[in-house]
Amino acid sequence: MNILELKNLTKTFGGLTAVGNVDFEVPKDSISGLIGPNGAGKTTIFNLITGVYKVTGGKIIFKGQDITNMEPYKIAESGITRTFQNIRLFKKLTVYENVLTACHANANYNLLESVLRTPKCRKQEKELKEKADNLLEIMGLHDRKDMIANNLPYGLQRRLEIARALALNPELLLLDEPAAGMNPDETVQLMALIADIREKFNLTVLIIDHHMDLIMGICEKIMVLNFGCKLAEGTPQEIQNNPKVIEAYLGVEG
Amino acid sequence: MDLNYISGILTLAGINLMAVLGLSLLTGFTGMFSFGHAGFMAIGGYTSAMMTVKFGLPFIPALLIGGLAASLVSSVIGRLTLKLKGDYFCIATLGFGEAIRLIFDNVQYFGGARGWPGIPHYTNIFNVIILNIIAIVILANLVRSKHGRNMIAVREEELASQIVGINVFKHKLISLMISAAYAGVAGGLMAHYMTFLAPKMFSLVKSTELTIIVIFGGLGSISGSVLGALVLTSLPEILRAFADWRLVIYGLSVVIIMITRPSGLMGGYEFTPSSMKKLITRIKNRNKDLPNQMEGGKTV
Repeated sequence: MNILELKNLTKTFGGLTAVGNVDFEVPKDSISGLIGPNGAGKTTIFNLITGVYKVTGGKIIFKGQDITNMEPYKIAESGITRTFQNIRLFKKLTVYENVLTACHANANYNLLESVLRTPKCRKQEKELKEKADNLLEIMGLHDRKDMIANNLPYGLQRRLEIARALALNPELLLLDEPAAGMNPDETVQLMALIADIREKFNLTVLIIDHHMDLIMGICEKIMVLNFGCKLAEGTPQEIQNNPKVIEAYLGVEG
Repeated sequence: MDLNYISGILTLAGINLMAVLGLSLLTGFTGMFSFGHAGFMAIGGYTSAMMTVKFGLPFIPALLIGGLAASLVSSVIGRLTLKLKGDYFCIATLGFGEAIRLIFDNVQYFGGARGWPGIPHYTNIFNVIILNIIAIVILANLVRSKHGRNMIAVREEELASQIVGINVFKHKLISLMISAAYAGVAGGLMAHYMTFLAPKMFSLVKSTELTIIVIFGGLGSISGSVLGALVLTSLPEILRAFADWRLVIYGLSVVIIMITRPSGLMGGYEFTPSSMKKLITRIKNRNKDLPNQMEGGKTV
């Protein structure tokens, strides 16, 4: 069963084809990887999936439903969420507020109920707060919950971004270079974390990264992009031995 | 000083506060600057005056209809302009405010540029205070609900808000509509306090005054807006003894506050019982820490 299918996906910026005719399937409950040299179109694909960019051609199917060109917030509601390559937290809010804000979809009281602070509103607010506390506990951020997000160390900011994403109860989590700027130790910790949250939250994960040990160590399926086109697809073993991939990364001999 | 005089200043401050509270939601909590709120005040003022003068409605329903009218107009304006980013939205609101003023200048039904005298005097210190308390409670409840948090998220980072499933456009529109409703009610209060309406009362200067108060009090703080409205409305009156120099002092005090406290008087903090408790414990702890530090110094 595939949770996400990209069919003939194309995105052009003027005359430049950033992503051209890409077909890719993400199996449910898998951890898949998206790799390729700089400028290959990896982040563009994430932006297309999450609706940040409009699709030029092709289709995106999520859980059997066509989500092509839907508004980003609707795509988020349907169960896809992501982190960003250049972290985008609510910088001036506390760690706790960051996660609490993202929990909003778990409550359904309306504007009038919030103004009157009805029992329903109070009860749901309490549930939201419990959920946020719980998430921070799982992600190991609870002791820093009152810190301003921008003052967190870099690695923890990435962690917080993942925590915020998890607050939406997503089914598909897109991680854009989660290990960027991390040392090998931190990368190993991150791998364990990703595997751990997949189990706990029943997630499918799609990762972009340049750390080959992370990608090869954790992904079950990998797609390689080069100049916007799919170069190869397969298990880590197959990718490592693929002559085209070696050529794209290292160049041709002589 | 005469008691009537003081209550008059307080009433004026309360009327300003009502508009400032609305603007505080839009600018302080949702992050959109507006230089057209005098336009919403004008719509609310003229509508509610029309209700009491021409249709003989009681004061409070007339006020609410005024607020509703401003809110409806804002929803139309919002649909047209809220896709604009940052400065562009600000310029659109500036144009809107001036357009409203010019329209009222030319509508003879409301007396045109000559003004409209003979509006009944209903606004007094008591109903202003009560209405403001209700307005503050509504705003405070809204801001600490999920809707308010979503608005703050939009202020902080639009793209990330969308990715966590917040409908950015909808929340901006709700914020603008509530904000305009507050301004409309403030306009109605003003009409029934001055007993006279003229389009030039709602010029760009009025809009900027409101924005200055919000920034002076501190963006994202309701208590800051309250403090700002009280201080900045009464300051020119308190300084009346200095005659010609009072507006200079007013301007200077705004500049000095902006230099020494760029995030405004309250700087995003709120004046609530729990925040006071925290402050007191922090002061206590600081006093406790001091001797400890000194002991530490001795051992080294």
